[in-house]
Amino acid sequence: MAWAGKLLRVDLTAGTCKSEPLNMKWAQDYLGQRGLATKYLVEEIDPKVDPLSPKNKLIMATGPLTGTSASTAGRYSVITKGALTGAIACSNSGGFFGNEMKNAGWDMIIFEGKAEKPVYLMLENDDAQLLDASEFWGTSVWDTEEGIKHKHGDPLIRVASIGVSGEKGVKFACVVNDMHRAAGRSGVGTVMGSKNLKAVAIRGTKGVKVKDGKRFMAASTAAKKVLADNPVTGQGLPAMGTQVLMNVINETGALPTRNHRDVQFEGANDIGAEAMQKVRETDGKTNLVTNAACFGCTIACGRISQIDRTHFSVLERPQYHGASGGLEYEAAWALGAATGVNDLEALTFANFVCNEQGIDPITFGATVGAAMELFEDGVITEKQTGMSLKFGDAKALCEMALLTGKGEGFGAEIGLGSKLLTEKYGRPELSMGVKGQEFPAYDGRGIQGIGLGYATSNRGACHLRGYTIASEVFGIPVKTDPLDSDGKPALVKAFQDATAAVDSSGLCVFTTFAWTLEDFAPQIDAACEGEWTAERLLEVGERIWNLERTFNNAAGFTAADDKLPERLLKDAAKTGPAAGKVNELSKMLPEYYQLRGWTSEGVPTNETMSRLGL
Amino acid sequence: MQITLKLYAALAPFLPAGAHNNQAEVEVAEGISVAGVLDAFGVPRRMCHLVMHNGFHIPVDKRAERIVQPGDAVAAWPPIAGG
Repeated sequence: MAWAGKLLRVDLTAGTCKSEPLNMKWAQDYLGQRGLATKYLVEEIDPKVDPLSPKNKLIMATGPLTGTSASTAGRYSVITKGALTGAIACSNSGGFFGNEMKNAGWDMIIFEGKAEKPVYLMLENDDAQLLDASEFWGTSVWDTEEGIKHKHGDPLIRVASIGVSGEKGVKFACVVNDMHRAAGRSGVGTVMGSKNLKAVAIRGTKGVKVKDGKRFMAASTAAKKVLADNPVTGQGLPAMGTQVLMNVINETGALPTRNHRDVQFEGANDIGAEAMQKVRETDGKTNLVTNAACFGCTIACGRISQIDRTHFSVLERPQYHGASGGLEYEAAWALGAATGVNDLEALTFANFVCNEQGIDPITFGATVGAAMELFEDGVITEKQTGMSLKFGDAKALCEMALLTGKGEGFGAEIGLGSKLLTEKYGRPELSMGVKGQEFPAYDGRGIQGIGLGYATSNRGACHLRGYTIASEVFGIPVKTDPLDSDGKPALVKAFQDATAAVDSSGLCVFTTFAWTLEDFAPQIDAACEGEWTAERLLEVGERIWNLERTFNNAAGFTAADDKLPERLLKDAAKTGPAAGKVNELSKMLPEYYQLRGWTSEGVPTNETMSRLGL
Repeated sequence: MQITLKLYAALAPFLPAGAHNNQAEVEVAEGISVAGVLDAFGVPRRMCHLVMHNGFHIPVDKRAERIVQPGDAVAAWPPIAGG
């Protein structure tokens, strides 16, 4: 079977590490990774616990297909109660760390309690040790990862760590692995920092077994061919990455600009995929150096970039001259359009700093955008910020990244996230998010379904809980009109449920640009005990979605939290195809509840709970 | 009449000389369709995965009947996605 069949429980308070058998009944009901870890979390913590309390737990979890030869089989997730939101948090990351955990023989690691002093977990196959991290505390993700590899004399160790931001309580700290892959959203790194856990280092050499090797090889090979033959996953994503969306979404009139004041950005073409491939006049090079793949991935959408050495951001900072993790669409949007900055090199620098210090570029950029609006409205001044903070100021953006990464100066206030920041200054309506988490890069006025998706996302505003953009903009699997809210509740539910299953498999959600659950099912069925069909995976996804919802409801969230900011509901889009439109949430939400089998108060009915075995 | 032609990613080489920021102001015949505009600049139809007329998506089967007016914008992309 593809599950390793055991988990590691790390009691940071007691300083112990113990192996436990995996609950295989739950594995059959929740598959792995997002679903299975959520089940453990729901069973083991009080939903009302303070996210930064030692009573909160943090789980790193792989899926059954993580570490296998399936395409994109390098995924793992970090599951906890989110520091940014107070809601269930599940942040998914690629790179090579998840594969290493699985090859060390572990499905998941549950961290509980709080270490008295900074520690890191060193895991070499069955051997688990909590080691003193005092030499790494106060250092960046990059230095911590290099330092651990050097200390143990093994460059093949894989490391997931937090930067200074996570130590300092920045609310949207990430857990970063492999230098620039991140479990990015909801403040999972903040929870890790609150436990005095600096890093997890793993070396695994055991291999991963599957139920039927011959059938699995045939199924995964067939699925890889589907990816290779598909023009999006076979050509589009490797060549241009996600950044090609910048001009697409701008043309669609759904590119949130200057804290959602506008829906189109005049500088979009300066910061998108085409700009990354444009030869610079200064040095004759391009921003994009190459694409890159995570473990086992046959798509390779990742971007590796190099900053122009004559750019102001790195003139006196040679440590940023090397090639490193470049801009993906979400980061480029948040650091660029959301702040009105159209300087590609400045955005790349800010992105490097986000990777280096482990901060979520989406929430960071969106919060800087909110702060810029506060500044332009005269609510805050240079007295608070220490510098001019107007929309479009590239130098201010770079400086804020450095300050926020270390939780210093006004960066400590940016580190609150936009909800707490705008509340502090009496303008909560300027926070552009849901359940305390900032929107990603699509405007709910120009793309109706994603607005409903944001409002109902269990981890706060998020595009990856149900990427209806695939249908509403790209036409995958079928084209729907982004401006029409009819039919969107069913579309959102279908995407949410299917994605929850994919997020529990160990594979990447980007495969779904080519695969349906009919492509996942044969791979999972050949690898895992039990009979796995597309229908069963969809049911597992729906079960996970409802489990997350019941956790949030128990934590104190209600239907009143399934809302969008007034700006999206009352201030019509000014330009583009969506001009005159607001999001029609009040029309979509009741239908969504009904389709979900929830009451008008957003609570799963007894019948729904029973049907899903909850 | 004059319209704006926008070609992105692998379609950019089909823009006429003098194009800037992936777009160009171009002269086309009155009454031309969206498909006609793309044909006029030699953009292979099989490469036109996503086509927009003034920001509105135009599916493959509507491109030949959608008529372009002076000042309109026609934009096209090869196969793309993201997230």
